[in-house]
Amino acid sequence: MAVWRRHFGPDGPTVGRKLGDMSWGLVALVLLTAGLGFAMLYSAAGGDMRPWAMAQTIRFVLGLALMITIALVDIRLLHRVSYVAYGAALLLLVAVDLKGSIGMGAQRWIAIDLPGLRFQLQPSEIMKIALVLALARYFHGLPPERTGKWTGLLAPLALIAAPVALVLRQPDFGTAALIVAGGVAVMFLAGIALRWFAGGLAVALVSLPAVWVSLHGYQKERLLTFLDPSRDPLGAGWNITQSKIALGSGGVFGKGFLEGTQSHLHFLPERHTDFIFTMLAEELGMAGALLLILLYLSIVAYGFGVAVRSGSQFGRLLAMGVAFAFFLYVFVNIAMVTGLIPVVGVPLPLVSYGGTAMLTLMAGFGLLASVHVHRDVPVARQSGGGPL
Amino acid sequence: MRWDIGQRKQFTRRALVLAGGKLLLVSGLVANLYKLQVVEASRYRILADDNRINIRLLPPERGPIVDRFGEGMAVNRQTYQLVLVSEQTDSVADTLERIGALVELSEHDIRWAIEETGRRDGFVPVTVREDLSWREVASIEVNLPELPGVLIEASQSRFYPYGALAAHVTGYVGAVSEAELTGDRLLELPGFRTGKNGVEKVFEKVLRGSAGLRNVEVNAYGRIIREISRVEGASGSELRLTIDMGLQAFAARRLRGQAGSIVAMDLLNGDVLTLVSSPGFDPNAFYYGLDGRDWRTLLNDPRAPLVNKAVAGQYPPGSIFKIVVALAALEEGIVTPGRTFHCPGHYTLGDHTFHCWSRWGHGDVGMVDALKRSCDVYFYEVARLLGIDRIAAMAERLGFGTATGVELTGERAGLVPTVAWKEAVHGEAWLGGETIISGIGQGYLLATPVQLAMVVARVGNGAVKVTPRLTRPAGAPDVPVFDPLGVASGPLDIVREGMVRVVNDPEGGTAYGARIGDEGMEMAGKTATAQVRRITKAEREAGLDDDDIPWNRRDHALFVAYAPLHAPRYACAVVIDHGGGGSTAAAPVARDVLREAQRRASVRWPAGADGGFDPVRNA
Repeated sequence: MAVWRRHFGPDGPTVGRKLGDMSWGLVALVLLTAGLGFAMLYSAAGGDMRPWAMAQTIRFVLGLALMITIALVDIRLLHRVSYVAYGAALLLLVAVDLKGSIGMGAQRWIAIDLPGLRFQLQPSEIMKIALVLALARYFHGLPPERTGKWTGLLAPLALIAAPVALVLRQPDFGTAALIVAGGVAVMFLAGIALRWFAGGLAVALVSLPAVWVSLHGYQKERLLTFLDPSRDPLGAGWNITQSKIALGSGGVFGKGFLEGTQSHLHFLPERHTDFIFTMLAEELGMAGALLLILLYLSIVAYGFGVAVRSGSQFGRLLAMGVAFAFFLYVFVNIAMVTGLIPVVGVPLPLVSYGGTAMLTLMAGFGLLASVHVHRDVPVARQSGGGPL
Repeated sequence: MRWDIGQRKQFTRRALVLAGGKLLLVSGLVANLYKLQVVEASRYRILADDNRINIRLLPPERGPIVDRFGEGMAVNRQTYQLVLVSEQTDSVADTLERIGALVELSEHDIRWAIEETGRRDGFVPVTVREDLSWREVASIEVNLPELPGVLIEASQSRFYPYGALAAHVTGYVGAVSEAELTGDRLLELPGFRTGKNGVEKVFEKVLRGSAGLRNVEVNAYGRIIREISRVEGASGSELRLTIDMGLQAFAARRLRGQAGSIVAMDLLNGDVLTLVSSPGFDPNAFYYGLDGRDWRTLLNDPRAPLVNKAVAGQYPPGSIFKIVVALAALEEGIVTPGRTFHCPGHYTLGDHTFHCWSRWGHGDVGMVDALKRSCDVYFYEVARLLGIDRIAAMAERLGFGTATGVELTGERAGLVPTVAWKEAVHGEAWLGGETIISGIGQGYLLATPVQLAMVVARVGNGAVKVTPRLTRPAGAPDVPVFDPLGVASGPLDIVREGMVRVVNDPEGGTAYGARIGDEGMEMAGKTATAQVRRITKAEREAGLDDDDIPWNRRDHALFVAYAPLHAPRYACAVVIDHGGGGSTAAAPVARDVLREAQRRASVRWPAGADGGFDPVRNA
């Protein structure tokens, strides 16, 4: 404990107090949302726990344990390990990149095959959280007078650029865009002068043609198909057309649980992953869709509440950054399946079937909860040198 | 720590801006959901139903064809096809090879299956082989686990239990031809078949029925998931023929190995009991389509198995026509029954000599004798006295020269020549010699076997205009009322007396050898031997035997008859193509058919057993 004090100052709350003060409201919201997800996966399998609902439930229970464990971790320790986490995530991305250039074609995951544990790790998912941590730590330590200067922008831009470059090489345009959006949001919250945003936007617009040229054929195709679905009525356009038919035919109250014709007759693609929102909206109607959106908004609002009550800039940026990353997932997925933006392959948080996304998300909620539990713990602006 | 407070305020401000942005985005999502799920919901609901609901036609079951006793002549049989769903197989070629080890597959079957699976979507079942035997079905079923994508489908196919025995009556069904397409989607269903011949064709509308509709739910790949609704079509109606299948089979077998026709009918009501054209063909062979070689074999057979000779075969009526000449002469008063002419064996008109079939002549013959012995010279003289137009008038009254209207395809009208006809068609004047040979049914005269049966029926029934029929329209009486021919009973009795003697008079009756000996079943008839070509003088003198002449140049053997004498009921016409003499080749066949008809009537038709076809009441 002496070591602890030397590095972090006074003790935080005891574990018992932390548990009592845990964000149980957040846990409840997450449970409700995930529960809706299990039901949809059960339906997607035609009324069967297998192959998806059961596996997803197990992951969720693991994720919940992970969330509570992280919530108990002292925020000062989180602050301390931020750069390490970011560095580790970056290394994993490099590893995927190397693996991809050795193997064939696009690689987005690393197969983890430990005794008794076997899954596919998607480093880009981890990076979304790790980047928020790193940026929160950076801006936490940055004096306000430097926040307005361009010198204060170089480090965060580099922090964002490194993973984005690696993800684009995979190539995963959607995830790269989400990482950029998440990072920029944290920079905005940290108080970067608004003129820089205007400038950034201008640069982005000017560089658009260059980006277009660098896009892969299938990515261009997706964008073009988005702009004009009739270009490819049986390919990518088919997916989005069928998704809209499913949504629209669901109406206000839906066709009933397990009764979605579009989903169950295979007109709807990827009904257990990216297009699960469509299935929900087809079977439970607009009412079900609004319920889910309301749950998501509640979680985002919870994050907002945690953020504004946090005593430290690190806590605020972390909570808001995590909540924003979560919101981005939700928005992009729903906008995609309803035909508002191109198909980019982003899962619906807590509902879509998928391992890494679920665990990353629950870890993110763990961070949020930790910020809540440790809201009154002061975090040093400048951390001294130490073992971590 | 002053900057801490400022930073916190700035964070809260910007967080609120960000939250506002999020709410704006979510509002966009909700607005879009509202547009899709409320405003445009009905449109998308229709699109979703269009997606999943397919309308499929249900082919109606074809009506069966039965004989007068309900015996099946054309029925529907469950058959099994082997179909392949290519998307469920790893390799179509490998699967076909494995199938080939279990059931017989021709090169053609394999090639066709590979082409067809390549051309169609993977989920569309492609028929690899039709009409599997029960053994083959079993061996496929047992091995199904090793045959992914292979299915056995059951369907109905047309089956003619009596095969060739009634082929020309039933006809056959076959694939719909381009010319038959009327826009009716039913006709475009793969595997749908229509009647091509016989009553299958004539009664196509009755037999076909109407299609049902089936709404099925399909998945994105077009596979049927379930049936949503079904509107049953109407099966085709059963078609009951007047044919007595037992007699038909008897007659067809009697003619086996020969080319020719038999028509037997009820002379009171016109019911055709038997209509045989030989050789026949197996109508079942047409169901899946004949291959080119079999088709050419049938087509090139000189005995024309595909032609229904009973209605489409036109023959010189030969001496049978003497009935017509006799009736005309008696009615016109040209001769009295007792008036005799001398037959020296030949007859001379101008510088032309016409021969009697008997080289030595018949001596002095009267009407009855002339019919009994079939004296040609007598009828040469009578014909000359009558002239062709009066002969033609009687022939047409009796039914020659126009199609009988029996419900079959390809019936021909025959030909009754007149002076005007020759003028119009040949542009030449009628020659006196042509009247002479018309007197014995040669020359231009042509008649079909069904016409001959109808004519003899009219003679047998007391001269009412009975017409042959294969079906009884609903509500038609057992014995329709037929108009009288207007032939007085006097002349008719004379002719009938002659016909009785043809068969039953041992003194020169030309068909005495073919009489029915059974008491009460005796028949009356008339023989004919129709010349196919002129007999040369040299041949006549050499006394050429039929065996020395090539088959297709031999005379046709004809015989018409009715029975029984005490209450005529059945009429029969027999034509043996190139069979030689009517008395030796045709008469015994007619005798057997008429005897069998009467024997069956006494056994098979005790009152009421024939479903309303009561012979007692009809008699």
